[in-house]
Amino acid sequence: MSISQDVKAGRLNEQQITENYSDLHPPLTELQAIEESARCLFCFDAPCIEACPTGIDIPGFIRKIATGNVRGSAVTILSENIMGGTCANVCPVEELCEQVCVKNTSEEKPVVIGMLQRYATDHLFEKGIQPFTRAVESGKRVAVVGAGPAGLSCAHRLAMLGHSVSVLDAKPKAGGLNEYGLAAYKMLGDRAAKEVEFILGIGGIKIESGITLGDGHTLDQLRESFDAVFIGLGHNAVNSLGLENETAHGVHNAVDFIEQIRQDDLTTLPVGRHVVVIGGGNTAIDIAVQVKKLGAEYVTMAYRRGEEEMGATDFEQEVAQTNGVLIKTWAQPSRILANGKGITGVEFEYTQNDAEGRLQGTGENFVLPADQMFKAIGQHFVPAPFEGSAAPDMEHGRIQVNEQRRTSLSDVWAGGDCVAGPDLTVVAVQDGKIAAHSIDEALKNG
Amino acid sequence: MADLSCNIAGVTSPNPFWLASAPPTDKQFNVERAFEAGWGGVVWKTLGEEGPPVVNVCSRYGALDYNGQRMIGLNNIELITDRPLDINLREIKAVKKAWPDRAMVVSLMVPCTEEAWKKILHQVEDTGCDGVELNFGCPHGMSERGMGAAVGQVPEYIQEVTEWCKKHSDLPVFVKLTPNISNILYPARAAKNGGADAVSLINTINSIVSIDLDDMAPTPIVGGKGVHGGYCGPAVRPIALSMVSEIARDEEIQGLPISGIGGIGTWRDAAEFIALGCGSVQVCTAAMRFGFKIIDDMVDGLGNWMDDKAYSTIEDFRGKAVPNVTDWQYLDLNYKTIASIDQDACIECGLCHITCEDASHQAVSRTKDENGKRTYTVIDDECVGCNLCYLVCPVPDCITMVEVDTGKPYMNWGDHPNNPMRSG
Repeated sequence: MSISQDVKAGRLNEQQITENYSDLHPPLTELQAIEESARCLFCFDAPCIEACPTGIDIPGFIRKIATGNVRGSAVTILSENIMGGTCANVCPVEELCEQVCVKNTSEEKPVVIGMLQRYATDHLFEKGIQPFTRAVESGKRVAVVGAGPAGLSCAHRLAMLGHSVSVLDAKPKAGGLNEYGLAAYKMLGDRAAKEVEFILGIGGIKIESGITLGDGHTLDQLRESFDAVFIGLGHNAVNSLGLENETAHGVHNAVDFIEQIRQDDLTTLPVGRHVVVIGGGNTAIDIAVQVKKLGAEYVTMAYRRGEEEMGATDFEQEVAQTNGVLIKTWAQPSRILANGKGITGVEFEYTQNDAEGRLQGTGENFVLPADQMFKAIGQHFVPAPFEGSAAPDMEHGRIQVNEQRRTSLSDVWAGGDCVAGPDLTVVAVQDGKIAAHSIDEALKNG
Repeated sequence: MADLSCNIAGVTSPNPFWLASAPPTDKQFNVERAFEAGWGGVVWKTLGEEGPPVVNVCSRYGALDYNGQRMIGLNNIELITDRPLDINLREIKAVKKAWPDRAMVVSLMVPCTEEAWKKILHQVEDTGCDGVELNFGCPHGMSERGMGAAVGQVPEYIQEVTEWCKKHSDLPVFVKLTPNISNILYPARAAKNGGADAVSLINTINSIVSIDLDDMAPTPIVGGKGVHGGYCGPAVRPIALSMVSEIARDEEIQGLPISGIGGIGTWRDAAEFIALGCGSVQVCTAAMRFGFKIIDDMVDGLGNWMDDKAYSTIEDFRGKAVPNVTDWQYLDLNYKTIASIDQDACIECGLCHITCEDASHQAVSRTKDENGKRTYTVIDDECVGCNLCYLVCPVPDCITMVEVDTGKPYMNWGDHPNNPMRSG
């Protein structure tokens, strides 16, 4: 089965696209924020604090909203999570703080912690308040590799503690996945850039963009020139399906296209009529929804296991479905169909779990027509950047770190997606923060 | 359905819900709308003596909001009616004629001379109203001119003016009392001694509801300045209930009808005042907050509750709580309750623990298992039964106070061994 390929930009007019890419949730009004904050019970030993990877004092910041101390509320948030603004928009709160809110038990409806966090942090950013100051200059210099959430979080905390930080990043803009990887309807406008500006506003942090570790700059050199090094490289490689025609025209890595969505004029991005997305995580949802919002006619997201096993949260799945994305489970791609011009369809094999719960194909197939296909089957870290240097030990394909996020090299710390743990912005921020304190400790004692 | 009709000091109405003397009862227009909605009676907004009417300021109200809830308390600096006396009298007459079954009581406030009171009483009698209410309560403005609370704070004046009113009119006289005194019994007794047919209470409480921190002035702000006003609304209800109970229990006053006022907004509030002996209740803030339509639930809810309790008339439960209001010295020191937590209902907020820990008797322990499940347990031996955990718990019926049989007989402070002044 094949179709005539029809991949083009401008399926929707500019106004429609702008509307589609507006805020996923409009921000809370002052009245809504006050009423919602009044719902918080101010729990003692609140479960939400435990569920937050950065340990924000959630009842504390909500109470400050209720009393009209919104600036104080934002500072409470940002003191634990300098990217509290982004996290308010992108955290899977339904699996973190809001999941354990005691109001789920009493009212089946948690306090909307994420929205309140956004209310508070937006207030601070709108007012242009810089609440943090630096400790006395320590004279120590730290190199941070990667200007993503882990790196910037580490850099900010180090700067607060009085150290001078150089942040090296391969991309032209700082922000990492906040700038290049998060869904556009979650990170409207120049939110990511504004946040970077806010973080740098504390001073003591120098961003050096266009620098790739392993490409003219080695870890050995950094270790020589700086007192300590933090590695926040994220994932640097994309998984592949290992199928024929994987490089055919119209086959994309989801993360590459998401980057284009974040950086390019949306009206210039070509999308197909029949789009297939492979994967079951939040990245798969992000690309499926965004392509649909650009005007793709049929978007099917295919996942080789069941809904229960999907990486995407229930909330994300709902976002996909309400945006008209068809979620097809128990189907794994077996063949990419293409002609000389590019992809025409994807053949799938039905799957099921055997008695031991192992995934296996059933031998039955079906074909989805496709003139565009996105692979969202995961990313990984390859240690190529360390070539030619002494490299930190690896574990399960990621950099091995201890609880302080210190690697096997005593002057090198690491955090974010390149170390073990959930691949979440909020987790990366926590890694950076913990590492900064450990570095500070080491520099003071060293 | 229960019979809600009410008779207080000879004034009858189809239900005990009256609108208090206030802005909602200032005009024929409002009062007729209230009667159409179903209100049992009104106390017409206070009339002053003939001549140029008082002048009001702008603005007039301030409110206390709490956690996003509007107006749990309301404060006003409005004076008595600012419309000419003859217009008010004409309208009162017309309304009473059109609504003969509703209670029409007229609030009065004139200078403290017998002549002034005599004159206004005769003018008011002509309207066909059912009674008068002497406004001895207004705490702002009029009190600076020797009226309102300035009279209500001096029992001798209350008695004297009441006597004049009884002497010059056959109308039932309600004396409205100010709470801005140290002991409500003195003005209440003075009213009774002066021949009052009933007392109405409470009037508003001296208050500043807020300071505007930008303008640095009390609200409502009038040209940069503010004054204390009169406080009313749900926030004052506990104070009103207490003062009503004192009068209801006082041997000297016992039997004097009471029209209850103070933060009444629902049938339940009204039932509480009636249980403390009130023959009618007066409502203002709730009507100012929501409009007259709230009367529907007040009548309906009170009737349903009375049916549930098998009370067929207001008199069946009026004053029923009075014998159970006592003095602290008569409370049983051997009565004991302790808190009990229903673990299945607990949502693990921990408020019972932290409030007991920080502010009471460290009698709620906590444990956390490896899954993060928190368990809060009452330490029976430490619990003094204070109620704090029960009050802060956000889940209804999760914490209950369970009576414990101490095996000891009733003993009050008068007999307690720790009391150096004990009897016997």
